[in-house]
Amino acid sequence: MEQDHKEHSLLAETFNANESRVDWHDETLWWVRQKRDRMAWSIPEWEELREAASRIKHNVLGNMHDYLIEFEKNAIANGAVVHWAADAAEHNKIVLQLLQKQGVKRMVKSKSMLTEECHLNPYLAEHGIEVIDTDLGERIVQLAKEPPSHIVLPCIHKKKEEIGELFHEHLGTPAGNADPKFLTAAARQHLRKEFIQSRVAITGVNFAVAETGEMVVCTNEGNADMGAHLADVHIACMGIEKLIPQRKHLGVFLRLLARSATGQPITTYSSHFRKPKEGQQLHIVLVDNGRSRQLGREDFRNSLKCIRCGACMNTCPVYRRSGGHSYHNAIAGPIGSILAPNLDMKDYADLPFASTLCGSCSNVCPVKIDIHQQLYKWRQVITKEGYTKKTKAAGMHAMNIVLSKPGLYKTAGGVGRWVMRTFPAVVNNGMNPWYKQREMPAPPKESFADWYKKNRK
Amino acid sequence: MKVGLFIPCYIDQFYPQVGIATLSLLEKLGCEVVYPQGQTCCGQPMANSGFEHLTSGCNTLFVNHFQDFDYIVGPSGSCVLHIKDHLHVPDREEKATHIRQRIYELAEFLTDVLKVESLQARFPHKVGIHQSCHGQRGLGLSQMSELVAEPFSKPQQLLQMVEGLELVELKRKDECCGFGGTFCVFEEAVSVKMGKDRITDHVNNGAEYITGNDVSCLMHLEGILRRQQSNVKVLHMAEILNASID
Amino acid sequence: MSREAILAAIKKNQPEYQALPDLSAFGQAGPGDPAAFKKVVESLGGQVYEITSFAEIQPLVAEHYTDLKQVVAIKDAYLPGAATQWQTGDGRQLEHVDLAIIPGQLGVAENGAIWVTESEIEVRVLPFITQHLAIVIDSKHILPTMHDAYEQIGAPSTGFSAFIAGPSKTADIEQSLVLGAHGAKSLTVFIIR
Repeated sequence: MEQDHKEHSLLAETFNANESRVDWHDETLWWVRQKRDRMAWSIPEWEELREAASRIKHNVLGNMHDYLIEFEKNAIANGAVVHWAADAAEHNKIVLQLLQKQGVKRMVKSKSMLTEECHLNPYLAEHGIEVIDTDLGERIVQLAKEPPSHIVLPCIHKKKEEIGELFHEHLGTPAGNADPKFLTAAARQHLRKEFIQSRVAITGVNFAVAETGEMVVCTNEGNADMGAHLADVHIACMGIEKLIPQRKHLGVFLRLLARSATGQPITTYSSHFRKPKEGQQLHIVLVDNGRSRQLGREDFRNSLKCIRCGACMNTCPVYRRSGGHSYHNAIAGPIGSILAPNLDMKDYADLPFASTLCGSCSNVCPVKIDIHQQLYKWRQVITKEGYTKKTKAAGMHAMNIVLSKPGLYKTAGGVGRWVMRTFPAVVNNGMNPWYKQREMPAPPKESFADWYKKNRK
Repeated sequence: MKVGLFIPCYIDQFYPQVGIATLSLLEKLGCEVVYPQGQTCCGQPMANSGFEHLTSGCNTLFVNHFQDFDYIVGPSGSCVLHIKDHLHVPDREEKATHIRQRIYELAEFLTDVLKVESLQARFPHKVGIHQSCHGQRGLGLSQMSELVAEPFSKPQQLLQMVEGLELVELKRKDECCGFGGTFCVFEEAVSVKMGKDRITDHVNNGAEYITGNDVSCLMHLEGILRRQQSNVKVLHMAEILNASID
Repeated sequence: MSREAILAAIKKNQPEYQALPDLSAFGQAGPGDPAAFKKVVESLGGQVYEITSFAEIQPLVAEHYTDLKQVVAIKDAYLPGAATQWQTGDGRQLEHVDLAIIPGQLGVAENGAIWVTESEIEVRVLPFITQHLAIVIDSKHILPTMHDAYEQIGAPSTGFSAFIAGPSKTADIEQSLVLGAHGAKSLTVFIIR
């Protein structure tokens, strides 16, 4: 989709041009992380719960074929129509055909990261159909013509004054009013009209239960329910990894999801859609889009356990200071960085490197995905596949030559330190990214090895 | 007990005083310490950049240097973790495994192997601990704020043995400083911002010194502190634990 | 067809089967604590009244809500004189409902969630489209955790059901919490002993 190649480091640098805004972004997300911590600590068996969730999802990965068939069978028995999409294009086509059959030109959609991944909105727009995103945060970024910057908090990068201006322009609210209460009320009024008028509603899916053929959708706002219950046609779009085996497993995931995501004990609504209401059509679109390929990558398949809580983003010290858009992918942050290379290794070659490998993401993950270890492993894969920049590769080869030969290392180290002492400008200049905002370490006259030789033995 | 002293490349080249403090501390505690000459690097800078396949030269050297020691000790959590997780040499796997199992970061060696309960050290200053991620989350030197589990901290346990030292409480006790190996240059903007924020937390809580178990993180923080012309200094933990009474 | 291709790729790529974990240690024996339940619902922005008979609902509603034009009560006993014939239609007939009073099957003490199903609410959109929502729940039906709740609920019996925990809300604008996003702006829970 993207014409020009995007780099996390450059986008992050742009984001960092306004330091007070970075501070604000960082503090806001850190506050969410702290809420998550308090909720986790309220459950003494928290770590056991994470382990159980991880193991349930592992069972799903190892039995996905049968669970999908079981889910399909039960969903059909419940009266739903099940569609299968190999990729984003097929998913979009299926949805378009359903909409064209209904003859609708405008419809409501609740939050679905899958439809973001498939770029459904622009595709439908090209075919003359306007999608109204109904999650408040998503509606805000939609009005701003931006993608969401966070999977749970789509407009976390926006200040209320900017939202006030957007609403003034698009919804006719008074200029200068940036009160969140007032703006939310305005959006409620505006979107109620859309819900009432819309004949088709698209929703995402948080969990699909193989045993019962039902789907659970979690929201705080109630937008999925407002859309789906008023529509003649409900289209639920889901990645195939959203499956869970049995209803009782919802107990585990619903305890973890909102606590991890926003530090709430549970979302306001956890809606269980099983049968279409009388006279309604229920369509379920099962989407692969690279998931079956990721399932075959032993080192990376655990990424499919993700329940899209966003906790890894809130805790990530890089994400908090680079913003969601710096990841130039529908799913940002640490989890996005291990999912994206599976979709396009070249376009997203930069993402696994947009991390210090601090490991905080893996610790907050409610399904215990080894995110930081996968980041490390993707780096190896991307390098071997030849997607690393040539300059970096050359540097690494040179480093290898020096570090493999103690004599060369000793000479290079001695010469290097001598140069730094004698001609500091050789390293202390604008070409050296270290020196831009940091001093170089003061080079000592002798190395530890030299000292040791003189002082011991 | 024969201890092989592992001094990572940047400590050897830029922070020899950390190596000297580590050696002196271990000797004071009665260890027979040998520094095998000819050490270069553990290979981590290449591996973390996606070039793990280029580290075989470093791995072979590492096994050559350290295969015969009872313990291998290094003053860097990050480098020790790299060896623990990634040291492999075809045909010499047994030796590599021995090293992976017997390598310790300095603080955990003191608390877990030597079981140090008191130290003859004095450092009458306010000190903030920077918990480097690889030591903390990788080696488990202290409990991590993300997990619901009993708190503990090996570095803190040791620093509390130092006379006159006052530990400062941080707002974010285990946030990454942004060094991250080559991340510090390839992602310069975020790296520096993370470092500045870490420093602000220490400064706001009255730290005169920032200490830690990884010179790499401290080097990054020191670079920023010096650019800011700050009075706050960085010291590796070994330098504080080795600070003599007189 | 994509179905077969997807299933074949999955079959080829899926890892070895691993058994499901035992969840029996997570549930708690015995009833849930109504006081804990009340505390969580209040923390979610709801209000809770403990009552001993349905007759207490009417004065509380009168005291609490002003200017109610359309009220739907699932049981006559909740509020005598509430709207009738509200069930007819596709849901849009409920656009101007100010208050809906519905029964909840069970409540969960750990998170304040209340299990509501289509068989009681009749029109699915009712608890969402109403401006204000009230749920009546028996104090004996409060369970400690979500595990206990699903144990009690068992297999699905209706086409739609939901856990509802507090009023509709959003914090999408600078993380400031606002009650009343798209669903009910307030939630009142009547716990009947």
